[in-house]
Amino acid sequence: MNSYLLKRVMVLFPVLIGMTIIVFSIIHAIPGDPAETILGQKATEQSKQALREQLGLDKPWLQQYFNYMGDLVQGDLGTSIRTKTPIAKEIMPYLAATLELTAASMLFATIVGVNAGILSAWRQNSWFDYTAMIIALIGVSMPIFWLGLMEQMLFALKLHWLPSIGRMDQRNPVESITNLYVIDTILAGDWRQLWTVIKHLILPSIALGTIPMAIIARMTRSSMLEVMNSDYIRTAKAKGLSQFLVVYKHALKNALIPVLTVVGLQTGALLGGAVLTETIFAWPGVGRYIFEAISSRDYPVIQTGILIIAFIFVFINLLVDLLYAVIDPRINYK
Amino acid sequence: MKKWSSLALAVTLGAVLTLSGCGGNNNNASTEATAGTNAAATTAPESSPETSANTQDTLILGRGGDSASLDPAIVTDGESLKIAHQVFDSLLEYKPGTSEVQASLADSWEVSADGLTYTFKLHPGVKFHDGTDFNAEAVVFNFTRWSDPASEFKFEGDSFDYYDSMFGPDGSRVIKEVKAVDATTVEFTLNQPQAPFLQNIAMTSFGIASPAAIQEKKENFKNEPVGTGPFVFTEWKHNDSITLDKNPNYWKEGLPKLNKVIVRSIPDNSARFNALQNGEIDLMEDLSPDDLSTLEGNTELQKIERPPFNVAYLGFNFKKKPFDNVKVRQALNYAVNKQAIIDAFFSGQATAAVNPMPPSLWGYNDAVQDYAYDLDKAKALLAEAGYPDGLPDTVTLYAMPVSRPYMPDGKKVAEAIQADWEKIGVKTVIESPEWATYLDDTKAGEKDDIYMLGWTGDNGDPDNFLYTLLDKDAIPGNNRSFYVNEDLHTILINAQKETDQTKRSDLYKQAQEIIKADAPWIPLVHTTPLLAAKANLKGFVPGPTGTEYYSEIYFE
Repeated sequence: MNSYLLKRVMVLFPVLIGMTIIVFSIIHAIPGDPAETILGQKATEQSKQALREQLGLDKPWLQQYFNYMGDLVQGDLGTSIRTKTPIAKEIMPYLAATLELTAASMLFATIVGVNAGILSAWRQNSWFDYTAMIIALIGVSMPIFWLGLMEQMLFALKLHWLPSIGRMDQRNPVESITNLYVIDTILAGDWRQLWTVIKHLILPSIALGTIPMAIIARMTRSSMLEVMNSDYIRTAKAKGLSQFLVVYKHALKNALIPVLTVVGLQTGALLGGAVLTETIFAWPGVGRYIFEAISSRDYPVIQTGILIIAFIFVFINLLVDLLYAVIDPRINYK
Repeated sequence: MKKWSSLALAVTLGAVLTLSGCGGNNNNASTEATAGTNAAATTAPESSPETSANTQDTLILGRGGDSASLDPAIVTDGESLKIAHQVFDSLLEYKPGTSEVQASLADSWEVSADGLTYTFKLHPGVKFHDGTDFNAEAVVFNFTRWSDPASEFKFEGDSFDYYDSMFGPDGSRVIKEVKAVDATTVEFTLNQPQAPFLQNIAMTSFGIASPAAIQEKKENFKNEPVGTGPFVFTEWKHNDSITLDKNPNYWKEGLPKLNKVIVRSIPDNSARFNALQNGEIDLMEDLSPDDLSTLEGNTELQKIERPPFNVAYLGFNFKKKPFDNVKVRQALNYAVNKQAIIDAFFSGQATAAVNPMPPSLWGYNDAVQDYAYDLDKAKALLAEAGYPDGLPDTVTLYAMPVSRPYMPDGKKVAEAIQADWEKIGVKTVIESPEWATYLDDTKAGEKDDIYMLGWTGDNGDPDNFLYTLLDKDAIPGNNRSFYVNEDLHTILINAQKETDQTKRSDLYKQAQEIIKADAPWIPLVHTTPLLAAKANLKGFVPGPTGTEYYSEIYFE
């Protein structure tokens, strides 16, 4: 197990380096002068030239790449061209905002998706099964921005149940410690604000979590069907165990393994794919941070941002692999 | 027995499903109700998710983008200047809602007969937010910081672009010296007369910053600005919100009326409008013309129109044939139906543009006649230019990929023009590369034949439109047509040096005649940018340049 862990961690490095090379080549191939984009249409030619020189943008990209990697090795994540703030310092709140949203979305997707999948399998070909699978099909093909705007129309504008944008009540903000507002409000003991934070999370996490929810539901259903037809389940049933125990104790455990993979992959995908949700719900997350960096050609931010997301993605996959072994002792890594 | 247990299970699971899924809302509704009953005992009833109702002394404003920096001297983008406008005062300011100059930190000023010396009398007793005194030395400190290329307060990566463009780059500065005569008197000596000098001084970019704060905070000043303005900077959550608190010691009596201003970035136009309708924000910028009817149908909201102070245009690329031919340019001018475009895409919130500057600006030439929509004339002119069957090659028309106050949807407008031109035998292909590339390409002038762009005035001077956009000095840069006319250049330069406004006005009128005849552009529209607010918001006077003071705003 330990050597497997070590091997997996070692593989991380070439993956991440490859990632930086790809990202670096692609963004330098995009046309568009960063100096003009950053300083704006109204900046003078002189200051644009000065910025290009100062950033080393007039140098060949290979040299720029090595300079960047050199800094990275020394633990310097670079400085944003646009805001001139160190990225390491700047990215934390965005990352926390996205993590909070992703966690809430996956919680929603997993709870609803797994339960719907189980029920569909259990009552195969029933009305519930059909309805759930039709909803899942619609869920997978739903454009996120459209769903987001519709949610705002219904739950915020018409019913006034939920706030449509942002992360908390701005009029009485809570001091940011971890930047995970659910935790910050608990730390501050501000229960009223905790409730508003949770309310702010609901709409964006449904919008973001719908696609993974649908995928998880379908995955759980097919995985459960397979397990339910196996011999040991028939044995369990024959022993006279209650339906609930059979389904939730014996069948679920084995059915969950492929589901876990999907959950892991989807979590990673959400991290990078949250741009639309973050835009619609004015959620200051890492997706928007990188998106804005791209539109202003803020090279260091794009590189570091993508690198960090790649790192988290790889890390989650590692975690999923390790969890397999916990759920199913037959899987072990020697 | 078995039947019962399975039924119970189904019910439980169903409940779990509804609770965790759509049921989140049921859940919420019931708690909302209990919160309501509890609220009766406490003081603040929760009417809608984010408003704390009755005590409205906080303004929440929603806008499309975030500031790049909070130090107005180093930025040129409107979003940054909006915030700086609340934190800093300049020596002079624009009268709210206009581009007319009036006193601010300087109570009065005198100009010497030769136009080379300006003496400003400063308002006494003004303090910066950090408690230090505002005085003549502070003014000198700021101007020295901007003009001295070796200034230790010009931090890495910064440039004072507006200083360079308004007062000349290093080597040809307009301002020779800024001197503190006494604590409340500052004297500016110029190298040559500059007619728009006072207009320039009033720009937000030349807001006076606390020297003590700059010396102490250094690079960090751009994140923690300190000025003398009506609001004190409190917090900046990047891409999320900027919080400003009331300056309790503001030197203008009775201002500001609000206690707090929170400016939020909500990039999506529809989401921003949703948030306004839901009461989460009180004021929003850049309403899409499409949402106008919804807004007008809602009695709880009001429409606010910003005075038109911009121009959207199509520019011909003189580097490309046959657009170096004036007859071709005039022909295409005749073939654009501006009124139809305004009706279709601007919900009437625009007027057809004749000249390259808005009619509200002094020096505007009313006598200039526009090329009226006339396809026969257009065809005749094309024939005269040697193209009786229309242009042989397909024309590349660059249409803006982003929404701007002067052009909410560039591609749709381009399609309408494409259809018009088709009728006179001019085939076009519309290209809309991403914004950074767009600006790059049009500046290089290699790929586009005709491009769409626009401009919002920075100050109340025609120079900021005509010279900035159409003089040969603006190549490469804002003159993306590569249009050179020596006579025009002479007139624009003379107008910069002339101090008599009547004479200047005449010069600019001449300039507009030359430009109309040469037709380097097809001026399209001057738009009235729209804002929307809660109906009980009062005292908001929209400024033509896109910035306004929030100090007069209050809620009824």
